[in-house]
Amino acid sequence: MSTQTISKSSTWGGGNSPFNVSYGKLMMWVFLLSDAFTFSSLLIAYGAIRYSYDSTPIEQIDALELKFAENVQEKFAPDVAETASHAATTLEHGAEHAAEHAEHFIPALRELGVFTEAQWPSPDLVFNHFPFAHGLHLPLIFVSLMTLILILSSVTMVLGVEAGQQGNQKAVSKWMLLTIIGGFMFLGCQAWEWTNFISAGARMWSNPYGPPAFAALFFGVTGFHGFHVFSGVVLNIIIYINNLKGTYAKRGHYEMVEKVGLYWHFVDLVWVFVFTFFYLI
Amino acid sequence: MSTAVAHAHTDDHHHHEESFISKYIFSMDHKMISKQFLITGIIMGLIGMGMSIAFRLQLAYPDTSFPILEWLFGSKWAPDGKLDAGYYMALVTMHGTIMVFYVLTAGLSGTFANLLLPLQIGARDMASPFMNMLSYWFFFLSSVVLLSSLFVETGPASGGWTIYPPLSALPKAMPGSGMGMTLWLVAIILFIASSLLGGINYISTVLNMRTKGMSMTRLPLTVWALFLTAVLGLLSFPVLLGGGLLLMFDRGFGTSFYLSDIYLGSAGALEHTGGSPVLFQHLFWFLGHPEVYIIIMPALGITSEIIAVNSRKPIFGYTAMVISLLGIAFLSFIVWGHHMFITGMNPLLGAVFLVTTLIIAVPSAVKTFNYLATLWRGNIRFTNAMMFAIGLVSFFISGGLTGIFLGNATLDIQLHDTYFVVGHFHIVMGCAAIFGMLAGIYHWFPKMFGRLMNKPLGYIHFWLTFASAYLVFFPMHFIGLAGVPRRYYAFTLLPEYGQWADVNVLMTLAAILGGIAQLVFIYNFFSSIFIGKKSTENPWEANTLEWTTPVERIHGNWPGAIPTVYRWAYDYSNPAYDEDFKMQNVPDESHVVELFETNTGTAPSTKDKPETETVSFFTLIRNWFKPRTV
Ligand code: HEM
Ligand SMILES: [Cu+2]
Repeated sequence: MSTQTISKSSTWGGGNSPFNVSYGKLMMWVFLLSDAFTFSSLLIAYGAIRYSYDSTPIEQIDALELKFAENVQEKFAPDVAETASHAATTLEHGAEHAAEHAEHFIPALRELGVFTEAQWPSPDLVFNHFPFAHGLHLPLIFVSLMTLILILSSVTMVLGVEAGQQGNQKAVSKWMLLTIIGGFMFLGCQAWEWTNFISAGARMWSNPYGPPAFAALFFGVTGFHGFHVFSGVVLNIIIYINNLKGTYAKRGHYEMVEKVGLYWHFVDLVWVFVFTFFYLI
Repeated sequence: MSTAVAHAHTDDHHHHEESFISKYIFSMDHKMISKQFLITGIIMGLIGMGMSIAFRLQLAYPDTSFPILEWLFGSKWAPDGKLDAGYYMALVTMHGTIMVFYVLTAGLSGTFANLLLPLQIGARDMASPFMNMLSYWFFFLSSVVLLSSLFVETGPASGGWTIYPPLSALPKAMPGSGMGMTLWLVAIILFIASSLLGGINYISTVLNMRTKGMSMTRLPLTVWALFLTAVLGLLSFPVLLGGGLLLMFDRGFGTSFYLSDIYLGSAGALEHTGGSPVLFQHLFWFLGHPEVYIIIMPALGITSEIIAVNSRKPIFGYTAMVISLLGIAFLSFIVWGHHMFITGMNPLLGAVFLVTTLIIAVPSAVKTFNYLATLWRGNIRFTNAMMFAIGLVSFFISGGLTGIFLGNATLDIQLHDTYFVVGHFHIVMGCAAIFGMLAGIYHWFPKMFGRLMNKPLGYIHFWLTFASAYLVFFPMHFIGLAGVPRRYYAFTLLPEYGQWADVNVLMTLAAILGGIAQLVFIYNFFSSIFIGKKSTENPWEANTLEWTTPVERIHGNWPGAIPTVYRWAYDYSNPAYDEDFKMQNVPDESHVVELFETNTGTAPSTKDKPETETVSFFTLIRNWFKPRTV
């Protein structure tokens, strides 16, 4: 008992930080708590609007999943199938025909009663594209890839923080750089996803796949998240440059890396929710 | 003394001459920022009050022409000296917004959190002085944007301070839905940024920067209140931000988050489907209800402090006070539905909101009774601040009771959107919080400016304000019960309300009286800055740490080391001592070593021993109310 016993009164007794963190890190935590509420409000708005619509019946999705694109003739009435298959063939001509594809294909499905104003479209049927794989039905593959990239960038961020704690300036640079690349890749993917959705005819106020609210919420919420990712990348770049200049080495600690790390993980975590809400449910 | 101060000051802070700009404009000293908040708040308050007098004139004398209105608002908005009906709504909207957000949120929390948090917990400044400065400037910018909407061609926002869609979502719905509404939203988003910057700072400061010995249970109640206020703001404003963003999309990008099935006689059906205006109300009131507690909690904290100091008694039930603050803070997040009983919701949900709403009366009552118990047989000093603090208690009781009426969903069917609601919230929020703010100003004026305010003028200010406030807002309950709806421009077209014309005149005259009373205050405030009586270091003989700082209000607060705290903030009239107060930094001869020495000592102190005996529930309750020294 000759050494210090930390009693409760000294943890909260003043003159120190009860959580043993600097004020800067504490501030980041507090900010993230508040930001979590911002996202929650958007996701709750999503939930409220989403569930004021019927879902696409599961049989309908299953049936389409089975016979999407190429096999569409066998499954459906010949006249509609003609348009649909036409759409499928034009697709093979490459990316420039994507818009044309949408022009024929989506109306065809509309006629089949798959995409109606009254039904929330199944994300499986909306987000089934993949770059350079036109005409294939690849539900949610691309967005899963995006998610994977973002999660990997979180891993590199952890490694960067770890390197910072060991005071290894070179390693911090390496991992930060990888994190930045991961962030840019995610943003690039998102840009592609948006472009694809827009070229299918989606706008803030209209949506070929069904209720306009679907598109509005999609753009609004993923856009707001994307804005967070973008700010995160900018912060990461600043940290990266400072680290190259040796600012943190001089300072003797790499706490700034930890702080942006917190932010970055938070943005990742939010994406998991956005992903679940918009793509999985 | 003063040379010692100057000396230590130079030692501590590599003193360099501060320019006018860095000292008064982009200051990073929390005390200066607090004054900036206060003065901006006072100016906004005067503007808001002026607006209310203008529309009260309209309500009392709907057929009379007031050239002054035409002179003020121009012939467009007040042709022939009579307010335009749309402009009446605009003024009501701006009045509400200014008072709720700009005066009673930023003006109140901003002023006292900045002034008191570092001083009362024993810190040299906020955790991040820079963010603190940004917080003020965002607020300033936000005020400018909001006021600029008074000058746009279509006039300011006019859908009410709650900006319900569709009036707020359709830019063409009415003149005020256009540019004015856009500026309103921009202003509020800047305001939210300011409030987040401030809130993050306040929370981190209280958690991390308390001086040695300032445990959470020794914090003055002002600090607890301001701390929890910051937590409320931090968790509720983001939801308004989310809701506001979606509203902006609806306005600018053709989405329909809040719009559906709107049919306008001439224009036919508008192209909006799928949204829900009720969604907006939920998002708004999820902020809105915590917001009203964001407004009242600092005032309650200030009152606790002032009543204890001026009753020369420990605050009654310190722990109960803290727990009730925590309870209010928590409950305020789950009662928002009581603003929407009439909007329509699942009856079961309505019942839930009814119950939670009534439960919130419990911690509120605990606080009220504790104030009264503190006053009970106290050695009361009727300073100006004390008068206003007691005034707050009075308003909090009268307004809280009408809240219980409104919280009953069935009664609310009759009372919603009548003047009863207007009476309720003006008394419980408007008057109570303004009284708390004024109490705080009178009490801490010496700390801000080194001088005292004029006491006789303070009494005049108090009695005129107190009387006029009750005269304006109490009759509103009766006309509300009789069914007079709120937000009507004139009642002359509705003969059934004609019988209330005289009451309207009475309320307007009282409002004008109240306005004049504030001029007394303004004179007192600004003149005392220059010619007030010089204050001593601890003019009210209070215990808290801010009164250990020199009157000169130096950067860094204490010339020497930061004081260590040895006791709670409410050691008044303790029979164990000769003096009637013991400041927090005064060691107690018999207990000096307790907190810090024991940690390094060899023998574990009795404090660390696990409590083995079983404590009865009543002992527990009794212990709550026991005043504690170390
Ligand atoms: C005992 C506690 C309280 C209860 C039970 C209560 C209950 C209510 C209810 C049910 C309403 C809705 C009335 C309606 O619109 O039909 C209401 C309105 C309101 N209350 Fe309270 N209240 C309480 C305390 C407070 C406090 C402490 C404040 C502020 C500091 C406050 C501020 C307001 C405001 C601003 C409104 C009106 C908002 C508007 O429609 O513009 N209330 N209250
Ligand atoms: Cu409420």
